[in-house]
Formats: sequence, C-alpha cells, structure tokens
Amino acid sequence: MSLRDLRGRAAIVGVGQAGLGQAQGYTEQEVLTQAAMAAIADAGLSLKDIDGITTCSSLSPMWGMSVVEYLGIRPTFLDSTMIGGSSYVAHLLPAMHALESGQCNAVLVCYGSTQRTAKFNRADLTRVRKFLDPQPFETPYDPPMPAAAYALAASRHMHQYGTTRKQLSEVAVAARKWAQLNPEATMRDALSLEDVANARRVCDPFTVRDCCMVSDGAGAFVMTRADRARDCAKAPVYVLGNATAVWNRQVSSMHDLTVTAALESGRRCYEMAGVGAKDMDLAMLYDAFTINTILFLEDLGFCEKGEGGAFVDDGAIAPGGRLAVNTNGGGLSCVHPGMYGVFLMVEAVRQLRGECGERQLNSPSLALVHGNGGTLSSQSTAILGTRDAL
Amino acid sequence: MEMQSKARGGAGPEQVYLDGLAAGRFEIQRCVGCGHAVFYPRWVCPHCGGAGLDWFAPSGAGVVYATTTVARKPEQGGDYNVCLVDLEEGVRMMSQVRAVAPEHVRIGMRVQARIAMIGDAAQIVFEPSEVAA
Repeated sequence: MSLRDLRGRAAIVGVGQAGLGQAQGYTEQEVLTQAAMAAIADAGLSLKDIDGITTCSSLSPMWGMSVVEYLGIRPTFLDSTMIGGSSYVAHLLPAMHALESGQCNAVLVCYGSTQRTAKFNRADLTRVRKFLDPQPFETPYDPPMPAAAYALAASRHMHQYGTTRKQLSEVAVAARKWAQLNPEATMRDALSLEDVANARRVCDPFTVRDCCMVSDGAGAFVMTRADRARDCAKAPVYVLGNATAVWNRQVSSMHDLTVTAALESGRRCYEMAGVGAKDMDLAMLYDAFTINTILFLEDLGFCEKGEGGAFVDDGAIAPGGRLAVNTNGGGLSCVHPGMYGVFLMVEAVRQLRGECGERQLNSPSLALVHGNGGTLSSQSTAILGTRDAL
Repeated sequence: MEMQSKARGGAGPEQVYLDGLAAGRFEIQRCVGCGHAVFYPRWVCPHCGGAGLDWFAPSGAGVVYATTTVARKPEQGGDYNVCLVDLEEGVRMMSQVRAVAPEHVRIGMRVQARIAMIGDAAQIVFEPSEVAA
C-alpha cells in the first residue's frame, strides 16, 4: 500500500465556524463546541455519530481529553498533535489512516480560541510561554515572537531577491479586498498600499498591517470515508493529498530563511494527489504575516524561488487576479485566533461547494490548503477536490 | 579529557555553555565525527548523528545574515536590533548588534562577538568589526 492509495478515500462532509472576531463571555470550549455542532449539522450527522476526534490547544497540553469529556463522546481515534497553526491541516492524514483502517467512521476536527477577549489573553500567554516553553538561545535577545522571526525572513528575502515593501503591502491589500467580499470577515475597512506601509511599525520591515490579527474564533470540519460521504447532506469534498514537514523549531535554526519546509510538504502532497500547482483553482496559504504568502507561493511551486514578490504585484492575488489566494480574507483580514489552520480548510471546502456568495470562484474543482506553524517551523499541505477531481 | 567532553563537572551542554559565558569564555561545539561546528550546544551532532562533540573557542568573527529593528517606545528603551549572525566557523545564532543604531545594522555587515550581561545572564552580542577593532 502507498499513500497514493489513500487519494480521495476520505472526504470532508461538514464545516462550521463560530465566534469569529470577538466571542466575549464565552470560553474556548464553548466556541469550539458551537463550531463543532455547526459542522456536524452541516454534514447531516449527529454528535453521537462522531467516533474520532482531532484537536489541540495553545493553552492546554491535554486538550483532547477535555474536548472528549465535554462533548460526551467515546472516540476510538484521538489525535492531539500540536505543531502550531498547521496542526489542523496536519491532522488530515492521520484521520485518513484511521478512517481507512476502520478504526473510526466519522472524525471531528475542531479548534476554538478566545485569545482576544479572555481574561488570560495573548499577551499573558506570550509572557508565560517564556517559562513553560523556553527558547534559551533566542529569548534572551527579546525577539517579539512570532513577528520577529517572520521579519527576519522578510529581511533576508528582500536582500536576496529584491522583494519590496510595496510587494509585502500587495499581500495585505489583496487579503483585505477578499475580506470585503466576506460578510464573516473581521476586518473589512478599505486598506491601501500606503495604509499598510504607513501603519504602526512592529519590527522592520513589518507594520501592524503586515501581521495577522489577534481575534477569537472557532472552526471545525467532519471527515468520513468517501463511500459514506455520498450519503451525507452536502456534496463531499475529497482529500486528495496531505503531507507535513518539520525541519526546525526556532527561526535561528533554519538553514535558509527564504526556503521553508513547505518545499517538502508540497512535493510529497502533490505526489500523493497526482496534481501540481498549475492545476489549482484556489490556494489557501497561511498568511500569519505578509511574507508568508510570498514564501509559500514559491515553495509550493506557483512561481520560482525569489519571484513571489513579482507574482503578487499589481493585485495579482486580489479578486479578479491571476490566482485566487485566501478568498476568506486570510489571517490578515478574516480571522486569526492564535492558530488558523482549520479556517483555511473551512474556506476551501466552502469554495469547492460553491457556497461563498459574492467571493465565490467560478466552479473550482481543486484547492490547495497550506498550513504553517510556529515560526516557519511546521508546514502541512493538503489538496482538496470535488467529485470531478477524483 | 573531561574538559574535552560535551559534559563538564556534572552539567549538560547547555549549562556548560552558559557557565563558560559567565566565566568570560565563548565556546561552542565541533563534531569529532564529521567536523561540523555545532550551535546551539547539544548532546548529539545534528549533521551526522554522532555523539562526540568537543568544545572550542570560535574566533567571534561573523556576518549579519538577517536583521530587524524592533519598534519599542522611547520610555521603554527605544528601538533595538534582533539579528541572525553567521559565525565564520559555519554556525548561525540569534543575537543583537550593539554599539551602532539598530537601523544601521545591515545584512552582510561584518561583526565581532563579545560577552554582555542580559538581565542576570552572560550572553553573546555583536559589534561592527570596525568598531570592535
């Protein structure tokens, strides 16, 4: 058996979101459950049908147990792999194995965070993490993480390839233009290239508009085997490939700041799916910072290394551009509750089902989803497709 | 021989490194198997998997590989530099270039290591080579 044999053998049959932006007064478990129940209902299933679950948390190392208990389920498959924001993309392949082997029949992938409105917020977490999860060879220099790591990568990309301030701004403006077409997006005010460049400085070359937002939010999706998916409420979205690559944790341990492990996750994912970048109708690329989109366009083969800046220039990834990228508005303008991977998945599924209203692409059949975690540390690529793409 | 091994005086490599800095010595590791310099201090060589890592004193000369100026309010100390420096022995480390305004730190700048106190711990920082010379 090879991974190719798993191509299209599992499908996403339900998606849900909750508490995007601010979820004042709710706990993480509560917003997660709202999103989970929305996804289960979307699939035409009930909570008692769920016998597999994947979830992880920025706060709780034993989060899987908490969610199982709260939902009152007795799963035969549980995966709480925590590799940052890419986790909810990286959970796909383990879930596919579990479904294919018969270990379970319906996997709920779910995440929720109230890092914006909770009493213990994002700033508290950053402070505490210095003690719980020290990086003794970086922390002494007081890099504001994660922004500093991505700023270092941007500095190197600009130096090595001539990527410009304007090209970084293009990524933020394109995301905002998509967000303006998405009623669920958090940030929808007009944003110009000048607005991005002149916003409050964070760490050069980044201003606050190069950085994803700090929001609340929850997202979930449900997976079944493809044979069972046909009986669910909506058109199944098939998982054609998934691969995860991790080369390092700390940005100072990266071999080349302009090349991420997406190079490897992308290659292995394309191999499993039997398609390439040129075949994609949509690219959902984890845009924690503007440089991410440029790096991943390159590493995932949408353009050559060093040409990502030119690729995004002049509105090329905005609505009406040459490639649809981050059509929900991305982490930059839609939602970013600490870990954003699950929201990439939700948007790709909705696009492939044709549910995206004003921002809907014209009959897309293939979408690439790429999750990033840590400080360019973990990379997970997935390819989703409609029945036509099988 | 004990002074040549990665552990010293009952301490692991990380503590040995920090104790060295506290005593005014900047020492990193080299793999006896494959010859690669290794940073940060470890128990095994990440290049070849070998377990033999010896300490040595690098020259302290390096080149800025990537750099950022972190914005901070003047009343909190003002802007500061965070960078990655490639030592001439072939390892990369996070640090700060000091003795020059942060916006004047450039990729490719030649820098020299020195030991400075950060909080209550001795750490490596860098200065432009022409200043240090």
